[in-house]
Amino acid sequence: MRRPLRSTAVSAVVVLLLTGCGSSAPAAGKTLNVYAAASLQAPFSDLASEFEDSNPGVSVQLNFAGSSDLATQIIAGAPADVFASANPATMERVSDEGLLASPARVFATNVLTIVVGEGNPLGIDSLDSLADPAVSVVLCAPQVPCGSAAETLQQAAAVSLNPVSEESSVTDVVGKVSSGQADAGLVYVTDAKAAEDSVDAVPINEAKQAENLYPIAVVRPGNLATEFADLVAGERGRDVLSAYGFGDQKQ
Amino acid sequence: MNAAYSGVPRWLIAVAAAGALFLVLPLAAIVLRVEWLRFGELITSDSSTAALLLSLQTSATSTVLCVLLGVPLAFALARTRFWGQRVLRALVLLPLVLPPVVGGIALLYTFGRQGLLGESLRILGVDIAFSTTAVVLAQTFVALPFLVLSLEGALRTAGTRYETVAATLGARPTTVLLRVSLPLVGPGIVAGAVLSFARALGEFGATLTFAGSLQGVTRTLPLEIYLQRETDADAAVALSLVLVAVAVIVVALAHRIQEGDAREP
Amino acid sequence: MPVSLECSARIDARNVDVRLSVATGETVAVMGPNGAGKSTLLGVLAGLVRPDHGSAVLDGKTLYDGGASLPPYARGVGLLAQEALLFPHLSVLENVAFGPRCAGVPRKLARARAHRWLGEVDAASLADRRPASLSGGQAQRVAVARALATEPSLLLLDEPLAALDISVAPMLRRTLRRVLDGRSAIIVTHDMVDALLLADRVIVIDGGRIVEDGPTRSVLERPRSSFAASLAGVNLITGTTVPDGVLTPTGLHLAAMMDEELPLGEEAAAIFSPRAVAVHRARPTGSPRNVLAVTITDLEQHGARTTVRAGHLSAEITTASAAELDVEPGVEAFFSVKSAEVSVYLR
Repeated sequence: MRRPLRSTAVSAVVVLLLTGCGSSAPAAGKTLNVYAAASLQAPFSDLASEFEDSNPGVSVQLNFAGSSDLATQIIAGAPADVFASANPATMERVSDEGLLASPARVFATNVLTIVVGEGNPLGIDSLDSLADPAVSVVLCAPQVPCGSAAETLQQAAAVSLNPVSEESSVTDVVGKVSSGQADAGLVYVTDAKAAEDSVDAVPINEAKQAENLYPIAVVRPGNLATEFADLVAGERGRDVLSAYGFGDQKQ
Repeated sequence: MNAAYSGVPRWLIAVAAAGALFLVLPLAAIVLRVEWLRFGELITSDSSTAALLLSLQTSATSTVLCVLLGVPLAFALARTRFWGQRVLRALVLLPLVLPPVVGGIALLYTFGRQGLLGESLRILGVDIAFSTTAVVLAQTFVALPFLVLSLEGALRTAGTRYETVAATLGARPTTVLLRVSLPLVGPGIVAGAVLSFARALGEFGATLTFAGSLQGVTRTLPLEIYLQRETDADAAVALSLVLVAVAVIVVALAHRIQEGDAREP
Repeated sequence: MPVSLECSARIDARNVDVRLSVATGETVAVMGPNGAGKSTLLGVLAGLVRPDHGSAVLDGKTLYDGGASLPPYARGVGLLAQEALLFPHLSVLENVAFGPRCAGVPRKLARARAHRWLGEVDAASLADRRPASLSGGQAQRVAVARALATEPSLLLLDEPLAALDISVAPMLRRTLRRVLDGRSAIIVTHDMVDALLLADRVIVIDGGRIVEDGPTRSVLERPRSSFAASLAGVNLITGTTVPDGVLTPTGLHLAAMMDEELPLGEEAAAIFSPRAVAVHRARPTGSPRNVLAVTITDLEQHGARTTVRAGHLSAEITTASAAELDVEPGVEAFFSVKSAEVSVYLR
């Protein structure tokens, strides 16, 4: 993990030297390491390039993986400047180690939605309609985040679903629905939006009861890190994130 | 017996040792990584035993299917001549080199609810989506070439001289097949079946894509390992070791059968 | 004698075109050089090779005729090959009982019959053995019993003794002589002894055609083909009759003592013994001999005598004179033979 980071940093420095920039700007040749949950890949890529544009000479190095894996890396000493997790519990693990330089703040939310085949052939309109034994439903396995969210939601809504399959990943749930093998599935709104070409989304009234919160925190103190976290949690960040289907906690 | 001179250069032994190490080291790593204190508890949990039993049951069923379909296929390829035979042989062996995921997608568009045969199957009242049948289909798809390949080889090596003699002794083709050909290539069939079983046991990609994953129904041992990895790495490692152990037993069995076969004149 | 088998076959791919018959109870030896089509003939009769043209009738049953062809298992034709090919997974007794079982004979009866046939070939004691534990001679003995247990209308034997040790072949040959007596059979062999001891008649096939067909003794005594001549150990030159001998197509004139008045211009064979041939390095002059210019192809020494071969001709001289002549393969030499040593007959 470290080697590619370093070599990219080195090449960034080389590029800067060759172009003759960086003699006056104080941030010249600086690299910001952002560790973010895999589901944030699209909005964070957009935000990172905006950040680079407004801070000449700064290179944002994005590292996407499962939140839990990232936390383990940071605890093991990985050089993260900013950490954005897909759930508060994982952020707490890092916080408990005393590794956070700023308090964590929730910058986005994600909720579950029903995905159905294009055109919604069975006319599914609520979580209750998924309990019909004639409807084959695919969920994520309880061991993975989207599955545990689905369990929480079922409890909150007092609905009990009998899935025909418990997949290990959101991709597999969407795949089963888009191929017509299953009639419906439960995934995050952001996943449904990313797959909107092949599946239709049906909103769930009770969705808020299993809301997933995304906290962000600065790990290694520094102006750039704080600025990036502010960008993500601020007005601009909200716009970009909502374009990809993420919700705003304040709403 | 010790050969006085092997004729093999020493440097080759060194490279061979590196190759062997490359294969053996990861297995040793698994053994070293196992939490032995929790091992028994990890592999006897409900989900683990359900996955192991399902794996053994579906692999055994797939193996039977492989024998029933593969033996006639191997005979047709080895003992008859027909138009397009070479193309058919290449196609039959294709699942050997295809990524299993591709096999799963292909099965999905064949037997899936919206697949080629899905509609006809549904009219017949058969819905194999997310059923154990789907797992067996996926395993059979990837394992069948192993049986066909090893049996076709055995048939070619055996030749048809005994069959010719049997015919001149008055045996009809079915009698020749049952009383001469099958007993003669029996060890080849068993070895092929063992290989098919091993392949079916390890099947992951096609099952995940085609059959889904539900405890006791479609979640075989490899799928269980993949899922356990998300939350309990120790359980995943322990189950991996179980799978390795079963595979080792199967491979040893196949080896013994083939050695026994070679000792026959 | 009533005819058992009447057959004709043309196989274009192997350039074979033959027609032959076998009388009931008659054993016919088929001989000929390698690749002459002998095994192809057996394959056609057994139903393993489909002829392009021809027909065969065996004891009133049509084996094949044009496009129609009986499968091997329905022909009543037994086949015994060079190798015993006993089924390795069956005991000796089960091997012999295999044929009767296929014919629908109940198990007990089939085993009884197998025991009887094993007795016929002096192999009764082997009944419970596994084929892998048998010697080559024992295995072939069992194979004979197995072939006979089906009681075939015609038995085909493809060089049945060729793969055996010289020490065990004579014993099995005696067994074959006994069991082939009075049985319709065709035996392909390279060994003249087989033809003499086992067969009533010899057919010589060369280049896919039957070149000789007659009682074993007369074929060997008066060969009409170079193959039969080499079997009989004599030199043979073919041509047409002229007043004092034979003229070959290449213009060679071979003088002979004509022991009978032969019509002129007829196809004839001239034979002479290798022992009657003298070898020279230079063309001999002034003697009433036939002189043939040859190139030596092979020398074969057996003790005091050496056979000098030149193509299909051979001379047998003392090893001492062979050494003196300093002949070796590739050397140009001359064979001479007195006309009194050459006999001529019509082909």
